[in-house]
Amino acid sequence: MNDAVPSGPLLTMTGMTKQYPGCLANDHVSLTVERNQIHALLGENGAGKSTLVKIIYGVVKPDEGEIVWDGQKVTIQNPGHAQRLGIGMVFQHFSLFEALTVQENIALGLGSAKERVGLRERIVRISNEYGLPLDPDRVVHDLSVGERQRIEIVRCLLQNPKLLIMDEPTSVLTPSEVRKLFVTLRRLAAEGCSILYISHKLEEVRALCSAATIMRLGKNVARVIPAEKTVKELAEIMINMDLHAPTPRPLAPSSAPPRLVLDKLTIRSPNHFGTDLKDISLSLKGGEILGIAGIAGNGQSELMDALSGEILAGKPESVMIDGIAAGHMGPHERRRIHGCFVPEERNGHGAVTTMTLAENAFLSGFTRRALVRFGVIDTKKTSAFAENIIKVFDVRTTGPKAQARSLSGGNLQKFLVGREVLQEPAVLVINQPTWGVDAGAALAIHEAIMALAEGGAAVMIISQDLDEIFVLADRISVIAGGRVSEPVLTRDATVESIGRLMGGGSAPAATGEMEIA
Amino acid sequence: MLKIESRGYESRFWRYASPVLALLLTGATSGLIFMAMGRPAGLTVYTFLIAPLLQQDGFEALAVKAAPLIMMGVGLSLAYRANVWNIGTDGQFTLGAICGGGLALAFPDAPSYVIFPAMVVAGILGGMLNGGLVAWLRIRFNANEILTSLMFAYITQYLLVYLVTGPWRDPQGFGFPQTALFSDDALAPRLIEDTNVHIGILLAPLIAIGLWFMLEKSLLGFQFRVLGQATRAARFAGFRENRLVWIAMLISGGLAGLAGLLEVTGTLGQLTTTLSPGYGFTAIIVAFLGRLNPLGVIPAGLLLALTYLGGDAAQINLGLPNAVTGIFQGILLFYLLGCDILLLNRFRWVPSHAKAAR
Ligand SMILES: Nc1ncnc2c1ncn2[C@@H]1O[C@H](COP(=O)(O)OP(=O)(O)OP(=O)(O)O)[C@@H](O)[C@H]1O
Ligand SMILES: [Mg+2]
Repeated sequence: MNDAVPSGPLLTMTGMTKQYPGCLANDHVSLTVERNQIHALLGENGAGKSTLVKIIYGVVKPDEGEIVWDGQKVTIQNPGHAQRLGIGMVFQHFSLFEALTVQENIALGLGSAKERVGLRERIVRISNEYGLPLDPDRVVHDLSVGERQRIEIVRCLLQNPKLLIMDEPTSVLTPSEVRKLFVTLRRLAAEGCSILYISHKLEEVRALCSAATIMRLGKNVARVIPAEKTVKELAEIMINMDLHAPTPRPLAPSSAPPRLVLDKLTIRSPNHFGTDLKDISLSLKGGEILGIAGIAGNGQSELMDALSGEILAGKPESVMIDGIAAGHMGPHERRRIHGCFVPEERNGHGAVTTMTLAENAFLSGFTRRALVRFGVIDTKKTSAFAENIIKVFDVRTTGPKAQARSLSGGNLQKFLVGREVLQEPAVLVINQPTWGVDAGAALAIHEAIMALAEGGAAVMIISQDLDEIFVLADRISVIAGGRVSEPVLTRDATVESIGRLMGGGSAPAATGEMEIA
Repeated sequence: MLKIESRGYESRFWRYASPVLALLLTGATSGLIFMAMGRPAGLTVYTFLIAPLLQQDGFEALAVKAAPLIMMGVGLSLAYRANVWNIGTDGQFTLGAICGGGLALAFPDAPSYVIFPAMVVAGILGGMLNGGLVAWLRIRFNANEILTSLMFAYITQYLLVYLVTGPWRDPQGFGFPQTALFSDDALAPRLIEDTNVHIGILLAPLIAIGLWFMLEKSLLGFQFRVLGQATRAARFAGFRENRLVWIAMLISGGLAGLAGLLEVTGTLGQLTTTLSPGYGFTAIIVAFLGRLNPLGVIPAGLLLALTYLGGDAAQINLGLPNAVTGIFQGILLFYLLGCDILLLNRFRWVPSHAKAAR
């Protein structure tokens, strides 16, 4: 029975089971990936998708189940073993060394010195060929999430895998980057590399994938051909609920007072390869949602840090929150005057992964929620606050005592957005509000943001997801090369007009291409 | 082939079992070393760890040795939790002793209710001054505190030698490198008459409990913990790193200064060229053995105090060199750090080239 059968499916998994403390993440799951196939793995947040692919990649040991790879029954020992079998994986959360360069990071993932010969040229060639521009000498610390992802993809492609697993690869890419990636993936599939593709973006799945396995609560619920279903149908199989578009919201009255005003905000990026912010002037009224579109690495994280107070502005007046000059205030003081912030990176920035949810709720909530009494943490109130976030935002977890890192990516995102929204801010700034959350949760987050705006808050959304910006924002600006364009009313804008603005300016992506060419 | 594989999470069991395993391995290894030196292993380990406690005033001696170790270990666990790597507590200990002791020498006639509290304050300030300089160098010049704090330990040691062989030398001391004895009023109050059991022995566990509460329950302690685990998250929360580095260095320095002051006023009664038998460095082991938890530091401090007594006993009874204390402590630190691999990893025996079924 162990004879190689090269014509059969590439990968067959049956009865895969994985029990975590308090959570059956995979419950007798089956999965079959054919050769040359782009196969989607769908399911709501916490359905067990990442767990299943981590089993394939040898990161997680299953409790039960059988894996047949290329006609052979195998027990995958560790990622090295998986790589030798021809399995590559791009993780939902990257594992890069911040202090090392792109090339050094890639070299570390390779087994032998032999593989490193001519590495630099291969990185440049592959990244260029597949539309994933990368400068091998840049330090990872200074790269945006989107750029970091390119490293992971290129790292896998260098190993000529037979199966490429991608856990939510496009959540941080722009439409044009996604289109380029799809060209790459289709070509890979045609060249004989199957792709296992996890995504919450069902449009993309319909366009790209020829088969889909759908999971819910750790179990298989269906196997479908995505093109034969509508997005709505797919979503409803996934989350077993009725999806509706968020109800449109009236525009804020023009008489509403400005709540967040940026006046010629100019900031040198603290990172060597970061993007400096240049002369950013914006004004947000209460009740308004402003969307900031743009390609990763054009100053989004600097803008976020300048607004949250992690980087201080040169002049106090360049950031005004509710009429108070806040440019010299740190995050804590800005929260006190009703500002709240959700950074892009969840792990180690928005949340301390090794701490509990209660402690993470305390992290940014203690000021506004008055969780400190005489310098001592009010554990009861903190725990109640965390409990409330979990309840209101439907975070799937065992409770406030769970460590942040035990949550699935989307569930942690819901928790972090919920933590800020429930503090009832007057000004809310979110970078990538729905990164990695499923359709149902994205809707819930969108509705929460809209309700907040309707209650009179000014909300700024920094997102690379144009669909999201068009759904949420009243006005749209584009950030490119550290400059922000004059906002336009969403109803006067088109995806094309915004896309043109995004491409313009001196985006690092563009310079990267020039260097390589 | 024996393989190390990641657990993917931190083992709760090994969190507590790893120091115990380290202790057992240390006992076994030092037993082997003693055997190689021609001494029966069992007897030596007995002499080292058990015999000192059976002495008439064994527990008193243990407490006196443990008090400074606990005070310093507690300060260090706080600093280390915040990623502030102060390894120069020996210097902070010494400067505390110099500052407090200097006061006693300057005012030999001051009444006890004035002079002793003043010396305590001076001792703490001396330790803080030393620690504060380290913090300032890190913040102002980005100088690595591991190096600067260690360098200060040497500087203060030479300052001490200079003082007790020079300007502060006892004129009636027959040329010995030591100061005059402090007046009785300048000595640490005793808990038990006519013993060395001074108030530091009461203070040390109280400080440990107080700092445990601070670290686990207070906003300030939370800030230290976040800074140690995720610097960016600390910045996002608005915790000021520089301020926390200052506080961590001042607390760990101040506690070491207090320990130094209590050591000279509690047991020595004067300044000499060797105030600390490496307490500051042993305190690093104490902090790690106590899992960087101030409450864990209490038993850890007692254990390492025992190794000092054991070293003395081994020297007297078995004729072993004094260096055995250092060897024993070094082996212990080695195994402590080594066994921590079990927290995140496990060992597994895999037959070589296991490709197919298990
Ligand atoms: N190390 C862990 N300890 C405890 N529970 C865990 C751990 N890792 C994952 N889980 C739980 O297992 C379940 C499945 O998680 P998984 O990451 O596979 O979800 P997912 O389908 O990838 O979700 P998402 O779309 O949000 O990324 C979740 O409920 C999660 O809380
Ligand atoms: Mg996932």
